[in-house]
Amino acid sequence: MIPEPRADGLSPAAYRVVGRALPRFDVADKVRGATQYAADWQMPGMLVGRILRSIYPCARIRRLDVARARALPGVAVVLTARDLPRSGVEEDPTGAGLLRFTTPILADGVVRYQGEPVAIVAAASDASARAALAAIEVEYEPLPGVHDAEAAARRGAERVHEGRDNVFVHWKLRRGDVETGFRGAAAVVERTYRTQRVDHAYLEPEAGVAWVDADGVITVRASSQVIEHFRALAEILGLPHNRVRVIAPFLGGGFGGKEDMTVEPYVAALAWATGRPVRMVWGRDESLLARPKRHAFVMRYKTGAARDGSLLAQEISLLADAGPYPLLSPRVLFAALVVGCGPYRVPHVRIDARAVFTNNVPASAMRGFGAMQMTFAYEAQMDLIAHALGMPPAAIRERNFLRKGDRLPTGEAAGTYVALPELLRRAQDALGERSRPSGPTARVGRGIACNMQPYGRTVWFQDRASAWLGLEADGSLVIRAGVPDLGGGQAASLAQIAAEVLGVSVERIRVHVGDSALTPLAGGTFATRQLYMSGNAALRCARELRAEIAPVAAALLEAAEADLEFADDHVGVAGAPDRRVSLARVVAECSRRGVPVSRLSAFQGERSAPPDLDTGQGRTFPDYTYGCHAAEVEVDTETGETRLLKYAACHDVGRAINPQSVAGQIQGGAAMGIGQALGEEIALEAGVNLTTLFANYLMPTAPDLPDIQAIVLESGEGRGPFGARGIGEPPTGPPLATIAAAVADATGVRPLELPITPERVFRALAGRAGTKEGR
Amino acid sequence: MSAAAGAPREWPDRVALRFALNGRAVDAWAAPHDTLLAVLRDTLGATEVKYGCGEGVCGTCTVLLDGAPINACLTLGVHAQGRTITTVRGLAAAAGAPGTAAGDMHPLQRAFVAHEAAQCGFCTPGMLLTAYALLADHPHPTRAEIRTALGGNLCRCTGYTRIVDAVEACVRARQGGDRA
Ligand code: FES
Ligand code: FES
Repeated sequence: MIPEPRADGLSPAAYRVVGRALPRFDVADKVRGATQYAADWQMPGMLVGRILRSIYPCARIRRLDVARARALPGVAVVLTARDLPRSGVEEDPTGAGLLRFTTPILADGVVRYQGEPVAIVAAASDASARAALAAIEVEYEPLPGVHDAEAAARRGAERVHEGRDNVFVHWKLRRGDVETGFRGAAAVVERTYRTQRVDHAYLEPEAGVAWVDADGVITVRASSQVIEHFRALAEILGLPHNRVRVIAPFLGGGFGGKEDMTVEPYVAALAWATGRPVRMVWGRDESLLARPKRHAFVMRYKTGAARDGSLLAQEISLLADAGPYPLLSPRVLFAALVVGCGPYRVPHVRIDARAVFTNNVPASAMRGFGAMQMTFAYEAQMDLIAHALGMPPAAIRERNFLRKGDRLPTGEAAGTYVALPELLRRAQDALGERSRPSGPTARVGRGIACNMQPYGRTVWFQDRASAWLGLEADGSLVIRAGVPDLGGGQAASLAQIAAEVLGVSVERIRVHVGDSALTPLAGGTFATRQLYMSGNAALRCARELRAEIAPVAAALLEAAEADLEFADDHVGVAGAPDRRVSLARVVAECSRRGVPVSRLSAFQGERSAPPDLDTGQGRTFPDYTYGCHAAEVEVDTETGETRLLKYAACHDVGRAINPQSVAGQIQGGAAMGIGQALGEEIALEAGVNLTTLFANYLMPTAPDLPDIQAIVLESGEGRGPFGARGIGEPPTGPPLATIAAAVADATGVRPLELPITPERVFRALAGRAGTKEGR
Repeated sequence: MSAAAGAPREWPDRVALRFALNGRAVDAWAAPHDTLLAVLRDTLGATEVKYGCGEGVCGTCTVLLDGAPINACLTLGVHAQGRTITTVRGLAAAAGAPGTAAGDMHPLQRAFVAHEAAQCGFCTPGMLLTAYALLADHPHPTRAEIRTALGGNLCRCTGYTRIVDAVEACVRARQGGDRA
């Protein structure tokens, strides 16, 4: 957790506020139980909203009759697709002009996954709402549907959407000539890896309240990562965009699962139809049943390397099960494509990344966004190639690590420092002495894995964020930014950045976030973009505001502007501690002179055209965060059970704005990856979800995990404020491969499928006799 | 969760409940099948008690019933009749010990802030109450014992390390106090 000197030998710049482990204001509210989450909002006359969901994964709706439900006492309204001005908004989910698609808000005539919303009700009480759902008559004609992604991708397969191919995205990357690469290789390793569908499992289920405000504005206060959904809501309700407002209160976790809309269109429509406030809180069973999951990936890798370990070629084919709607799949697959080779130099690359429609539960954004599944495969390939060449796993990585300026497979250069050699060393060292097995059937093993994860949106989305800062008459500061705070300290970090520049102490800063009507739009909190984008916007805004008031302060102090110091709620003169004036005094003087003390600024991210669609060559992501994790496990060879003994996660975060928050992101992200490695799975059988209870969705509990050592390196080279890199998603990536490598080291059997359950390990050990699986 | 606060005519089988909530007597109407979670959140507005699963797995609905941690989602409201319920909002007062004078927080709450043991904070009320009950029974737990005690409270954000750190820091501070 101790910031290291810059990897290039320079020591970190001295900051007063940035880089300190300051307590977060929102955490103080949260420990008191004072935070008003989405489901905690109460309004007079508020109705209860509920959704009738499809019981079949694939069926035609022959008859849908809501007359009896509408007549029940206490029922205010029942809505079906036909009652909405538009049941869905046509979008291009690729952002590159490749696809037009309208995802239905309510099913119209056909359901395509189990749990798909069919009708919605608003009633005076939960009992009446449930009674109304029970009184809705639906006659389904169940259809077999398409449930196997690989079969769905084959020519002639049954189609999920009439008139559309099941394969709806196919990104390609072509660099060099893989055949040439493989011909010169001393070792070639070919494997197929499978990752499972998992749930975000934020502890706050999807929730929100909507009402029609006195001025007729439909207001939705919901647990959402994207307040910009107000536009889609307006389209659905046939209203001008400025008649819908979305407020995102502090979230009880998001992890990508609240990036697509959740309750928003339903509560908005119910409030619009009734004119009354409506609250909707999804049950955990609904959330597990029907919310989009992390994609299940099938990844075929063929990797070739020279005798000295240099990688020569990677041939990768990736297939993702998207469920019946595109949602964010195209973007998830694109991220997977770009980092498919991992943080290594590879001259010859061929990647095909496809997503396919099925009648399984939809898949969309989840922390790590496609890039993390790839880590499981490319890091296993590195170990297997190392094994084939008789090299240690660390050595083959060191030989191939990207360096700043090297070309990525997309042809663009790695634009910032790549600290992987240091990260690898630090992560390995952190494990300390090797543990002794706890019994005669126990085997201890260790693994490492490195990753790269983009932060910020792909450059063709032309990302932008704005922030507003204003000084009050008493010298306190107000920040307004349309940033949803998911729990990662998104709001508090803006205060820390502004405090650094303007000298206002963080206790005297009030941050207003996440309101599409009252805070300037910042873009959603996803893609590890918020510190990078809104952090830069707040930094720019603070600097511009400081430049605005500096001449006034200089005049008051009779000093040169260059000598001014903004600190401790005062403006002072460098080297003269007794010459200072309070910020309040400066603000008063500004008012007298008509100098503005507030400012709106925007940060425009890099802009570029989409890459070449046949070769994937071009500009893609603004930058990457690199990491290396190390794990020690103990496997009981009699039961197949894997216990995690030690875990270290090391990332170069560029600059830690708040080192404690950064380390917290790393620990939590690693834990999420560990959960996917060892236990979690949304299990489907012919599209029917078998895991709709927390009781059978096995997330890590406190006794399941060891302490997670977070190691923060600060190279000072990132594209965020003060040289920061994003850290929200990156730590989720390496655990899959790290733990798989440790299990392979302990048992000699390499897991190719997740999760690594006792059954799988046991079977692999039992079946090993005679097979010669590399480690 | 039901929204009706006292509609005894619509629900003739409703019973009048009286219990102590964070040190104050409260009254509520509840149907016999209403969970304590519904009574607390919807009838009494104690929204600091969270719904996370409704099946007794996540622990976000943890409250203290006569000092013992329970899942309010699996407990009927009528069980609270005549008894004492403590939510996280009652924690500072429940401490009633030196250390609370410095602010409106129990030392555990302050440790959670200092160690950033909460991120989204949704698990935090339940975590704090479970930790509080642990320390009431076992003032000097090891890290492993703390982990075991928190086994019924899920957290998706922190990976638990910081939460254990915060509880342990409280234990240490207290041990320092004991020795003094
Ligand atoms: S809501 Fe009670 S245990 Fe999850
Ligand atoms: S802090 Fe988010 S669930 Fe624990």
